Amino acid sequence: MTGPTSSARENGRVIEARDVRMRYGANDVLHDVCFNVDQGEVVALLGPNGAGKTTMIEILEGLRGRSAGEVVVLGEDPATAGEDWRARTGVVLQSWRDHARWTPRMLLAHIGRYYEPYSTRERRRPRDADKLLAAVGLEEKADQKIRTLSGGQRRRLDVAIGLVGHPELLFLDEPTAGLDPHGRREFHDLVKALSDREDTTILLTTHDLAEAERLAGRILVLAAGRIIANGSAEELARQIGREAQVRWRQDGVEHARATRDPTSFVRDLLTSGDDGVTDLEVRRPSLEETYLALVHEHEGGHELKSDALFEEART
Amino acid sequence: MNVMSHAVRIGLARGWTDFSLSIRSVQDQISTAIMPLVTIGYLYYQRDVPVEGTTLMLPAVALPSILAALIVFGLVTGPAFQLAMDREDGTLLRAKCAPHGTTGYVTGQIVLHALNTVLVLVVIMVPSAIVFDAFGARGAHGWLAFAWVVGLGLLATMPIGIILGSVVPNSRATVTWAFLPLMALVAISGILFPITRLWEWVQVVAQMFPMYWLGLGLRSAFLPAEAAVLEIGGSWRPLETALVLGAWAAAGLSMAPRVLRRMARRQSGAAVAQARDEVAQWGQ
Repeated sequence: MTGPTSSARENGRVIEARDVRMRYGANDVLHDVCFNVDQGEVVALLGPNGAGKTTMIEILEGLRGRSAGEVVVLGEDPATAGEDWRARTGVVLQSWRDHARWTPRMLLAHIGRYYEPYSTRERRRPRDADKLLAAVGLEEKADQKIRTLSGGQRRRLDVAIGLVGHPELLFLDEPTAGLDPHGRREFHDLVKALSDREDTTILLTTHDLAEAERLAGRILVLAAGRIIANGSAEELARQIGREAQVRWRQDGVEHARATRDPTSFVRDLLTSGDDGVTDLEVRRPSLEETYLALVHEHEGGHELKSDALFEEART
Repeated sequence: MNVMSHAVRIGLARGWTDFSLSIRSVQDQISTAIMPLVTIGYLYYQRDVPVEGTTLMLPAVALPSILAALIVFGLVTGPAFQLAMDREDGTLLRAKCAPHGTTGYVTGQIVLHALNTVLVLVVIMVPSAIVFDAFGARGAHGWLAFAWVVGLGLLATMPIGIILGSVVPNSRATVTWAFLPLMALVAISGILFPITRLWEWVQVVAQMFPMYWLGLGLRSAFLPAEAAVLEIGGSWRPLETALVLGAWAAAGLSMAPRVLRRMARRQSGAAVAQARDEVAQWGQ
């Protein structure tokens, strides 16, 4: 699957994955995964736990090898790319107790110094630690020990560290895992602000559809190690091609029809000359429903079969 | 700007930062001070016990050996435990995600553990010098010997700690991988009593490891010449000391970077997440 971006200009391509396979023993965690990400895009790799999201993003980050396939990230193969390539990427880690005695300001300044030799006229490296702390809302905690930070504050520090090298490409792996709804909301606002005004391409993984929808311009659905859908939230609903339900009342009788093209159907219905049509309702399945059905289909296996039996028994 | 030397400079600053944060941590300072203080207390209690075959008192003979044991303990278990911890909690992964960050991290570790060793030496040697007058026997010549033995000992033992820290499965395992073997070495290396009292094959085993030679080197630095009668062959054997410690240093320094690189390559978010789950299970 090349997806809707295959026609994008070649020089703006940031990530290109071709037939990526990851095998542990006899187990394939990723099967021939293909996708691209272009400059400036915010792309979410969406899938249930165990779908292979973390494996995929770590291959792209250069933190993990792969069994087969081609990967080009920022013009290089992450598996062999050197430290100069590393300087162009940012990785948002999920910290839990590292650098407990340091303060956010100290740690940010320290990590930032590694990027000093990579500063260019277009991209000043590192970013200013104080401005970054302000951007992620940690000014008040800047000089407190990191161990006193809440989970949400820690995650925002993780983002600041991921950004301190002014990366061309930022990776976020399950960035809101373990955050409460408030922390999650704050985090979403932060990433949103970043993607709106920054010159940074973002790839994130999540198992939360609402999060993918909110943050990403494009969603790649990964299930059982395969990309099973690729597009914007709207495109996804269309691509998957679930049938919409059209209901109406005609001459006192209720009608329902499932159709892939509700617009044409309704046009025909209304222009057929019969004006007894009332209570017209077109209901598209929500993206949530579509997503769950899709994942279920690909991951189901035995479960799916028993469901089918169930269906048979009912009818 | 040379990026490698830049990263080393960042690492030097990092080591100093970690050290000064440790100095300010009460918990760290208690664990740094406890062994030296127990040692001094014990030796003070034994201050009038003469050592058979010499005119010396026990503290003078025991101190250099105990210093050697403390140096080896600090330089092996220190980096081993810290590296295992830093792998688990993502410190190392964070370093790896910055350009040349691993170089900076390792430099920082070397600085941190070297400074910790200096601190332990100061904590035990300053009071001992006052209470026991333990270090004056050989004058400037002795201090010179002290400098090269400690320097070479550092090079011989810290790589062992770094290698162990790279291969231990987790930080809890450093007890069995590092601490217990070192306790066994203390028992057989002539630290607590002269090695010549042990069976010969045990002496051979002990002489294969740096702890014995570091102890011998420090005794040669601080004890009068007559005390050599307590040693194997009745000699300080400075040449052998330099050779064995040098061999360990060469082996360690050539192996440690390779083992470190291999370990660093395996660092990933998934590995850190797994470690976190394991620690959560252990209820730490």
